[in-house]
Amino acid sequence: MDAHNQPIAALFVDRFGAQAAEFRGELTLTLPADQAPAAALAARDELGYNLLLTATAVDYWPQQSPRFHVIYQLRSLKTNYVLRLCIPLNGNAPVMPTLEGIYPNANWKEREIWDMFGIRFEGHSDLRRIILPADWEGHPLRKDYPLGYEEPQFTFNFDEIRLHKPRGEE
Amino acid sequence: MGLEQKTGNLGVVTVKLEDAINWSRTNSMWPMLFGLACCAIEMMAAQAANYDMSRFGMELMRASPRQSDLMIVAGRVSRKMAPVLRQLYDQMPDPKWVIAMGDCASCGGVFNNYAIVQGVDEVVPVDIYVAGCPPRPEGLINGVMALHEKVKREKLKDWA
Repeated sequence: MDAHNQPIAALFVDRFGAQAAEFRGELTLTLPADQAPAAALAARDELGYNLLLTATAVDYWPQQSPRFHVIYQLRSLKTNYVLRLCIPLNGNAPVMPTLEGIYPNANWKEREIWDMFGIRFEGHSDLRRIILPADWEGHPLRKDYPLGYEEPQFTFNFDEIRLHKPRGEE
Repeated sequence: MGLEQKTGNLGVVTVKLEDAINWSRTNSMWPMLFGLACCAIEMMAAQAANYDMSRFGMELMRASPRQSDLMIVAGRVSRKMAPVLRQLYDQMPDPKWVIAMGDCASCGGVFNNYAIVQGVDEVVPVDIYVAGCPPRPEGLINGVMALHEKVKREKLKDWA
């Protein structure tokens, strides 16, 4: 492991029960959801990871059992190192505490995760849909969301599809 | 030096009112300044010097739907954009026409998924479909000329 990452990994493993992994000099810490705000606070105030680069999520259904991973990508502008916080969440209505109080730009990124994956962030100030229309049902980036495939209209099935395809009126 | 020297004294031309009105509609058809995706780049190219759509009286893209009478839907329409598109169409005064430019606006194109409307004709009535991904400026101009032919055949009572 990188000499810079070694003490950081040790700190998170001891204090927050994290699992550490490294790939090409980037440290990934897998932590339980209730430790995420404290860990992010420690990363920001004690270790200088002062920029939230991005927050996103992955749905591993049906291969893995904590099906969602919420990922926060942090960067230290002083040392230029990247730290990744990975929070596994299970169930169809997963909940985790928000990191908005620590990194204010998490506001929109967590709204996007809520919009696309349906992961609820406890304590978020304004958890609404951000990309999809407000009346949308479901969360499209979940692996069990239907693709919404429509049958293409060709010459041979033109009339059949025309019967039930909606038409814009004057 | 002018036209009158070549053609002599033109005097009076008689024409049906319908033809005169349709002629004026086709030769000053103002499209709405409104691009949704990559097709808008080709639409801009069709407007610019090389292809120069102003030859057909279309040099003026209006930024307001209330001043335009042609909507060129240039690009894919997402389900969130569809109500906006419909509202813009409703704000255009009669007479008004719609060109679905490109495959995405015509039928969804390669984006057969939850987010994209499968053809803008689900939202607004389309007069001309222009195929291509994206269509070349010649394709768009051909669509516009086809629309002109269509408008020239229209009856006054269609819009009355």
